[in-house]
Amino acid sequence: MLALALLLAAPALAHAAAADSATVTTPAPGTPPAPRPASGLVGADVPNDAGKAIRLDWRASPDDTAGARLVTGYHLARATSPGGPWTVVDSLAAGTVGKTDETVDRGKDYFYRVDAVGPGGLTPAGSVTGPVHAASQWFNTTRWSVFTAMALFFGFVLYYMSSARAGKKPFVRRIPGIDAIEEAIGRATEMGRSVLYVPGIQDISDIQTVAGLVILESVAKLTAKYETPITVPVTYPIPFTIAEEMVKAGHLHAGRPESYDPNSVRFVSPGQFAYVATVTGIMLRDRPAAHIFMGSFFAESLLLAETGFATGAIQVAGTANVHQLPFFVVACDYTLIGEELYAASAYLSGEPRLVGGLKGADLMKLIIITAVIVGCVLETLHLHGLTLWMTTQ
Amino acid sequence: MKREVPLFLTAVIGVFMILSFFVPHQWVSVPADFLQASAVILVAFGYVLGGANALRVNFDAIYKRSPGWPYKIVLVVSLITTVVVGAIEGRTFLNEHMRSKWIYDWIYSPMSSTMFSLLAFFIASAAFRAFRIRTVEAGLLAVAALIVMLGRVPLGDLLSDWLFQAKWLPGAPHTLHLSSLQEWIMDVPQNTAKRAILIGAALGVMATGLRVILGIERAYLSGED
Repeated sequence: MLALALLLAAPALAHAAAADSATVTTPAPGTPPAPRPASGLVGADVPNDAGKAIRLDWRASPDDTAGARLVTGYHLARATSPGGPWTVVDSLAAGTVGKTDETVDRGKDYFYRVDAVGPGGLTPAGSVTGPVHAASQWFNTTRWSVFTAMALFFGFVLYYMSSARAGKKPFVRRIPGIDAIEEAIGRATEMGRSVLYVPGIQDISDIQTVAGLVILESVAKLTAKYETPITVPVTYPIPFTIAEEMVKAGHLHAGRPESYDPNSVRFVSPGQFAYVATVTGIMLRDRPAAHIFMGSFFAESLLLAETGFATGAIQVAGTANVHQLPFFVVACDYTLIGEELYAASAYLSGEPRLVGGLKGADLMKLIIITAVIVGCVLETLHLHGLTLWMTTQ
Repeated sequence: MKREVPLFLTAVIGVFMILSFFVPHQWVSVPADFLQASAVILVAFGYVLGGANALRVNFDAIYKRSPGWPYKIVLVVSLITTVVVGAIEGRTFLNEHMRSKWIYDWIYSPMSSTMFSLLAFFIASAAFRAFRIRTVEAGLLAVAALIVMLGRVPLGDLLSDWLFQAKWLPGAPHTLHLSSLQEWIMDVPQNTAKRAILIGAALGVMATGLRVILGIERAYLSGED
């Protein structure tokens, strides 16, 4: 009797033991068999990061085939010791053979296993992988190319800045768009109307906004010199405070600090179309004779420039946002394209060190053009070394 | 000191942020993330200054009865109402059935959409001017634009089929179809020019950044030398 009882109880005991360690589900009669386990799980620290991820790759269950339908997915489970307790990190679809676990703590040892799941139940992996831990690195080795290019570029710029400082001022070609700024301000002065300066719609984190604000200082200096009012509507608070400083500085450098109007710089709204409503309102009500758009623009570029065109004002624009350039080219009298926006402050100030920086950028452009040509030739010859070196993560 | 300290801080933080691009280690990445997050706090203080400026400028205009001053009253009332309602509702202001959310969904959003919709008309008027053929370049632009516009709509396919499959140009290669031509214009000449501009602009960004870090471009600090 005892033997018979043990015999009858054996499957249940075995099932309980398995469930305790790996929560194996036994299929009900008539259901498909449980899938065979995934295998070959390999875990490794993700390189070139701050120790925030572990990469896991495995071989799919032999039953994970299109027609078999024995595997519906995989459970990636993690534990801090080989015996568990196990936590499911992610449920993945059938056919998946890799996953990056980005929920790890740096330096902590982890053990992983992959359970195959199907209509017939869950089959744990035959073995556990680990310990694996995420570690941080001191240099992102995929960015050597960027580092080299940056070091070269900074070297050129510094060299030409120092040589310009020593008296060798480099030649800078005429940029009609920048020359037109003075013409526009002169026209506004003659007509007794104001100048509208729009420094883009982005926050200070966008370097185009910085460039736009730096140009504003030169524009404010000219308007102060000619005693022409200037209006500067700004979208974000930090550029607003800087714009106030720039306009004040312009008036100070023109020798007319008393002519600075505190209402000339206006905080409007970071809302794109709320800003458009305000600026077009200023264009239509105050009728400035010159509109200067310098900075980062998006969909509002044409709304502003076309309204400005309708008022008959002379318009000068500059942006590095390629998709907005056609709109400015069509609707404005002069447009600074891409890098001209960044060159404008050096061009306007004429400061030798700033102008020297332009020469350094030109030399870097020559190197990039050479690299593009060499890269095309190498790729045509199926030599991928340069391309791979330049690929970053 | 008024200028040296900000210049020194700009240089140190600038170099540190450049370093954080190359060094993923937590000793660099964690402070770099913190610095970026700190900017949000600065911006919050900036909004107080911005709000004060908006009120001052508009009160001034109302007081002086400047052109369009009644609109300024609407602006000031709207500004104060939105701020007060948001302050009363606190952190839940964007939850469903909150008044702030209602203001955003039923007043601000429709008005923004109205402004945005004007773009369609402005594009038409700008395109009309852009395609006036006065020079060779303008002619090239107009032809390219016509091909791209037609190649992206079903009418272009119909036209190509009619031209190439009927008696006009039977057996012409598919590369001459308007859809293929527009694809080539967008992928090759357009992309080439765009990338050239982007490379130039990227170098401009680096040069400007370097000038700011080195303190050569310092006009943004204040009006005093």
